[in-house]
Amino acid sequence: MSADAAPGPAPSTARRLHDVPTVPGAPKPDPILVADKVSRRFGGLTAVDVDHIEIQRGVITALIGPNGAGKTTLFNLLTGFDRADTGSWTFEGTPLAGKPAYRVAHAGMVRTFQLTKALSRLPVIENMRLGATGQRGESLWRAMLPFTWRAQEAAITERADELLHRFKLHALRDDFAGSLSGGQRKLLEMARALMSEPTMVMLDEPMAGVNPALTQSLLGHVKDLREQGMTVLFVEHDMDMVHDIADWVIVMAQGSVVAEGPPDVVMADPVVIDAYLGVHHDAPATEAEERQQLAEVESRLEKEFSSPDDDSEAAEPALGARDEH
Amino acid sequence: MDWNSLVANSFHAAFGVNAIAYAIAAIGLNIHFGYTGLLNFGQAGFLAVGAYGTAISIVHFDVPYFLAALIGMSMAVLLALLLGLPTLRLRADYLAVATIAAAEIVRLVIGSTVYARWTGGSSGFSGAFSNAFYNANPLPNETLHFGPVSVTPNRAWFMIVGWSLVAVIALLVWLLVRSPWGRILKGIREDEDAVRSLGKNVFARKMQALIIGGVIGSIAGIALVTGERAVLPNVFGTQLTFFFWTLLLLGGVARVLGPVLGAVILWLVFAVTESILRSGASAGWVPEALVSQSQIGLIRVMLVGLGLMLLMIFRPQGIVGDRRELAFDVR
Ligand SMILES: Nc1ncnc2c1ncn2[C@@H]1O[C@H](COP(=O)(O)OP(=O)(O)O)[C@@H](O)[C@H]1O
Ligand SMILES: [Mg+2]
Repeated sequence: MSADAAPGPAPSTARRLHDVPTVPGAPKPDPILVADKVSRRFGGLTAVDVDHIEIQRGVITALIGPNGAGKTTLFNLLTGFDRADTGSWTFEGTPLAGKPAYRVAHAGMVRTFQLTKALSRLPVIENMRLGATGQRGESLWRAMLPFTWRAQEAAITERADELLHRFKLHALRDDFAGSLSGGQRKLLEMARALMSEPTMVMLDEPMAGVNPALTQSLLGHVKDLREQGMTVLFVEHDMDMVHDIADWVIVMAQGSVVAEGPPDVVMADPVVIDAYLGVHHDAPATEAEERQQLAEVESRLEKEFSSPDDDSEAAEPALGARDEH
Repeated sequence: MDWNSLVANSFHAAFGVNAIAYAIAAIGLNIHFGYTGLLNFGQAGFLAVGAYGTAISIVHFDVPYFLAALIGMSMAVLLALLLGLPTLRLRADYLAVATIAAAEIVRLVIGSTVYARWTGGSSGFSGAFSNAFYNANPLPNETLHFGPVSVTPNRAWFMIVGWSLVAVIALLVWLLVRSPWGRILKGIREDEDAVRSLGKNVFARKMQALIIGGVIGSIAGIALVTGERAVLPNVFGTQLTFFFWTLLLLGGVARVLGPVLGAVILWLVFAVTESILRSGASAGWVPEALVSQSQIGLIRVMLVGLGLMLLMIFRPQGIVGDRRELAFDVR
């Protein structure tokens, strides 16, 4: 098994990941995001304690790990939605630690949320327009002089309509975002994030609670982002999907990065299996035994990944439950 | 039943000083709550600083009326900064608590004997401070009559200026809320983290909204005391703020004309119920033992409360609101 088996990665960038050692915190040939010694404690609980992490430019990196591993908290820290206790990180060489969230977005790193944040009482098209950055009419004084921003607004609307077509939401253009289904909201949130023309997109469980029909289309959109040269970091539980689209996988457990590598390598890593199952396996005696054990664990892993979160609801409210009526 | 006095009272209530001042105050509150989702339970405080800032400038420093009004409005900017800087980065409820407290502090300070040398204490200022406004009245010096309604020149002057002011402010708000700036406010109302993630400086926009709504509130305060020709601290109690909330919900939240309609209707209902109750009492239909003349003022408030309850049940979006917006749970 090798990275080549993963279908679809942009050849040049994926090939460059070939030589990257599969160890936690591995240096990448062309990192867009580099973070060091990032930690965040909640009282006695260390939610995040990442020594070093690098995200390769132009590829899809999956961030996986059991519930409560600290993935969302790490997202929050990196995007300025939470304050790190320690640590520093740079995005395209610019230090971003301590910067407010809106500056992070301005720098080109835009995120979505695990719990979808559609702006319910705004029409879909207004949700989209809000995503565009550098709007002249957002200044209080120019706001009162529509002729100063009308042309730009028209251009923004055109771009928004294009994206809505691409995401198959155009029929819902003038509906309130609150009337959309859970899956449609996920799509809208992603499309809205793209309005800001980001260089890196961070998606926190983009597929959670989305019905299978929409999942494929979401997956397609994520791949599209890579084709367009964007960097994607996404959190996902379903190993099939990670397998399908990720060029690289980073595994977190109890706040730290415990493994990374191409999807196949990571899924076979005993450390990862430990992280998920919390059990230590005896060293296999023979090759056949090893293969059998691996197959066993893999199937258990897949089950674990693809079954809806059951014992995890305390940490993360159930998305699936309220979506897709 | 005296129909002439009913019509005359209704006219003055629906289009008089109170309706004008309440409409303006609620337009400000609509920016806070209706468009930005800020919970301001101290709008009366903004009216108070506007009114006192203006009156004190005129009475103690001989400042021209218009300049004094600008000073009153800048007091509202200060109050908004004072309230917003520490609370707008926190959860919404912190601002709510701070505004209630600040409005009460303002009212107690301006009414206290300690500062009575400046504020007139509990008796405030008499109407002399507003002379400049009425001296500027270009209307002929005779009372106007429209059927049963008669309007003194001063009252007519105030109504013309007042309603023009309402129109100008409503127009500005209309321009603002349909701009990209207004879109950010509405986004903040729905979910400020989402707006932040899209690269918008949420804190700055919330601060701007708080200041603008507060300044509009101070204009309402200046209008109120100019129209009443008296400045009294107890006018600016918590109940004033709650009347603004009432009429905003009545008219329709997040609609430019909602607060204007709400103010007119609130005062119309007050006038009509009072007229009916009073004539009923004097005709002996309402027994004195049950409702005394002095209790009629309270009864009409009860009736308005009842009306509002019915409205919330049967038309929860207010008179000009959009029912569809209530269809989804925002949080
Ligand atoms: N605001 C918070 N206050 C206290 N504990 C928190 C908070 N946010 C997250 N945690 C805790 O931090 C740990 C990591 O959570 P999270 O980052 O949401 O995990 P993941 O997204 O990987 O499932 C969990 O144990 C969670 O309970
Ligand atoms: Mg999470």
